[in-house]
Amino acid sequence: MTEHEHYEAVVVGAGPGGAAAAAALAQNGVETLVLERGVDAGAKNVSGGLLYAEESAPYTIDGLFSDFREEAAERPVTDYYLHNVAGRNVKSFDITDLHEHDTAWSDAVLRRKMDSWLAERVHEKTSETGGGLLTEVRVNGLLRENGEIVGVTCDELDPIRADVIVAADGVNSELARDAGLMDWEEPEEWFQGVKAVVDVPSDVIAERFDVSEGEGAAHLFSGDLFDDVRGGGFLYTNEDSLSIGTVFHLDSLVAEEAEPHELLDNLLTHPLLADWMEGHYDEVEYSAKLVPDSKKVAHPSPHEGRLLLVGDAAGQMQAQGPIIKGMNHAVSAGALAGEAFAEASMRGTPERAGELYERKLNDEGVMKKLRPAGYKVTSALGEHEAVTNVVDSVLTSGVGRRAVRLLGSQLESLYSSPYLSQIVPDTRTPYVTLPTVIAEELGERVEGTSDVEPKSLLDRIGDLTYDTDVGNPHIELQDNSVEASGAAVTACPVSAKDFGGGCYREETVKTNGSEEKLISLDTQPCVECGTCAIVADTEWEHPRGGKGVEFREG
Amino acid sequence: MHSVVLTKGVPDFREGQVSFDEDGHLERGRTPTVMNPNDAYALQAALQTKVKHGGTVSVMSMGPPGYESVLEEAMGIYADDLYLLSDREMAAADTWSTAITLSAGIEKIGQPDLVFAGFKTADGETGQTGPQTCWCLDWPIVTHVISMEIDEENDRLRAKRLVEGDADEIETVESPLPTFVVTDPEYEPSYRRAEHRLRHKQLKSETDERVDNYEDHLTTWSAEELDLDPDFIGLDGSPTIVSSVDPIPKAPAEREATMVEPTDEEGMSEVLEEMTPLAGGD
Ligand SMILES: Cc1cc2nc3c(=O)[nH]c(=O)nc-3n(C[C@H](O)[C@H](O)[C@H](O)COP(=O)(O)OP(=O)(O)OC[C@H]3O[C@@H](n4cnc5c(N)ncnc54)[C@H](O)[C@@H]3O)c2cc1C
Ligand code: SF4
Repeated sequence: MTEHEHYEAVVVGAGPGGAAAAAALAQNGVETLVLERGVDAGAKNVSGGLLYAEESAPYTIDGLFSDFREEAAERPVTDYYLHNVAGRNVKSFDITDLHEHDTAWSDAVLRRKMDSWLAERVHEKTSETGGGLLTEVRVNGLLRENGEIVGVTCDELDPIRADVIVAADGVNSELARDAGLMDWEEPEEWFQGVKAVVDVPSDVIAERFDVSEGEGAAHLFSGDLFDDVRGGGFLYTNEDSLSIGTVFHLDSLVAEEAEPHELLDNLLTHPLLADWMEGHYDEVEYSAKLVPDSKKVAHPSPHEGRLLLVGDAAGQMQAQGPIIKGMNHAVSAGALAGEAFAEASMRGTPERAGELYERKLNDEGVMKKLRPAGYKVTSALGEHEAVTNVVDSVLTSGVGRRAVRLLGSQLESLYSSPYLSQIVPDTRTPYVTLPTVIAEELGERVEGTSDVEPKSLLDRIGDLTYDTDVGNPHIELQDNSVEASGAAVTACPVSAKDFGGGCYREETVKTNGSEEKLISLDTQPCVECGTCAIVADTEWEHPRGGKGVEFREG
Repeated sequence: MHSVVLTKGVPDFREGQVSFDEDGHLERGRTPTVMNPNDAYALQAALQTKVKHGGTVSVMSMGPPGYESVLEEAMGIYADDLYLLSDREMAAADTWSTAITLSAGIEKIGQPDLVFAGFKTADGETGQTGPQTCWCLDWPIVTHVISMEIDEENDRLRAKRLVEGDADEIETVESPLPTFVVTDPEYEPSYRRAEHRLRHKQLKSETDERVDNYEDHLTTWSAEELDLDPDFIGLDGSPTIVSSVDPIPKAPAEREATMVEPTDEEGMSEVLEEMTPLAGGD
């Protein structure tokens, strides 16, 4: 048998976390191999996405990759609004202040373009250290020797040994699971994001959003337009397209048996969006992905032996009220992990890289943002159904409504408080009840009708590119009873009740004269969002390198 | 490792490219010439050798000056340099005189470790040129190769070859270098080490540059430069006699058909009677 290959560092995943880790490692002269499962970096990735460069962050993406903003990003966000919606009533707050708090800049990005640009730079940097970046390689587990993690195993390559393994493999990190650091059990710990990219010519964007070149707008939506599901919607302007999507708490989606694509359609067809999109609804891509809620899952010690977790793989995705910050924290964590290994090696103690990385996350204030202390208090108080019910009934009563009216314009500044936005409890109140009351009491009626006709789920799937790994499905149903796996029929973003073309279906099977409802699965249309790894009883893996869905926009 | 890959230009038989005249003869003038599709596997095998063991890949073809486009295509599969053996004297050669010419070219390049050829050309379909060239070189040959590895230490090739075209019948053989390899269309390169994939990626970017100015890497040799006896090359050196070329008969556009139910015994025996003479039996 030939000896295993060895690299000083192996980075798994070429998203922002992996790119930053690789850049920091290469900068320190560490021989670094980056493995990415997509046909191209970004082909598997989805974000909203606004990429923040925080003033207080230890690292920013343009600090690691010069020209990033010119080459890989879309428009910077210069206007930021939150719309409280109740039917046709809308009360809009300008929360540009909240957005600009601690922000050096913030650009809209499309992940295919961004990640593939980053990957080229990463390949250049890591090649100089004797490594490089490879696509179409899926890491499928950890290589262990006498119980110790010593490397990775892959579908496409023979096992590889490394002195440090940076798992930047995203929200459904198979490495984090293999190491026993993360599990995929509780829907409460995750959000599900769903997005449509809509082509709109850049001059139309400029005119309708009142932005000139080098400017862009961000709009957020909450209130009753998503029925009772906790979460919200977003609309960001790219160079010549719009990213429009929703982010919901997964447990809430499941509890309400809501169809994610229909909630997205609620947003797309709301009259508030009519003026922006009139005559220009050209949806080019539908996509979805899970998002971890750092308040609940950010791992306090995201390492085990030679394995360091960064970004979504470590649950480092912060929902700061309506603002979503995942990519920037992945960048900070990735670079800190790289830096930690380089420093530890220099001191002759590479095995202490994990410890050092953890310390840096705390010292640099990253952990404090991911798990704000105040949230612990408010959630302990607020996240009880009974408390929520009381608060909601007060809010919706005459007293609450009067309070909202009295607060009036002060609400805008309350919504702009960075502190409050960090600690809002994760309940119906801030997502649904309060915005609805605000819109009803203070809002104005929007007139006009939307001419947007969203695509059907069948067309959305039909427009996506797939390279199916025929005969080798990456998800297997372990338990096909409705109790165990039925939630996936609605929660899967490419499945729906009474829709035969999706992944999950409910079927009535006749056995011995009695009828039974069972769940069946066809992974062909899967967009690899990760939802059913949590809400259904499955054996869940990513497809082999290069196989499965390929996003063009992301 | 130095490899030479033999390739030939053939009419592009793909739908929409190829033209036939009314009599069913190929219209060469109106059909583009492309690299023989099977030769791509030979190039992939040579590339694998280069990725894993370093060295260079030379591509050689015998043909008219217009063959440059074929060599350009070959360059795109990571070749280092190109050799075109081109001379009026070489024209209208059969497989035998082609083999003599190619082997002279290979010997003029030097002493390669491996020569690769694809399996059969899309036009001639003989599958003879490769083995005959090898015979001229007096080397060992391994044909129908679907995968291979080189044992550099012992200067040996270890290959898997498809026997009888059946996936179940695979034979593993060894041969000392230099060796002549004919790749099978089932050939699959295998890169299971990251370093090999990285090298492959690096070669790709180098190749992209070379393709843009492939002519700088092209050497053309005439019969005289190869020191070839005119009696053994081209038409004069070809013992093959082509008696006639018959176009493939066109299938009649409309045929008379009688449908017979497989359960209809009477009908079936009529069918049997009609067909027995065609099968050559009594
Ligand atoms: C709808 C939506 C909206 C969002 N909006 C925002 C926003 O506005 N701002 C923001 O900052 N964040 C946003 N996020 C979150 C953000 O996308 C993530 O936090 C961020 O992408 C995490 O980066 P990462 O590098 O950790 O992981 P990822 O970007 O997910 O990258 C992981 C990489 O690893 C690869 N990979 C996975 N498994 C393997 C394997 N086994 N082998 C090899 N490679 C593998 C993947 O292909 C991928 O390239 C949003 C997310 C969604 C879904
Ligand atoms: S099958 Fe599972 S992973 Fe695939 S799209 Fe549906 S919920 Fe997401």
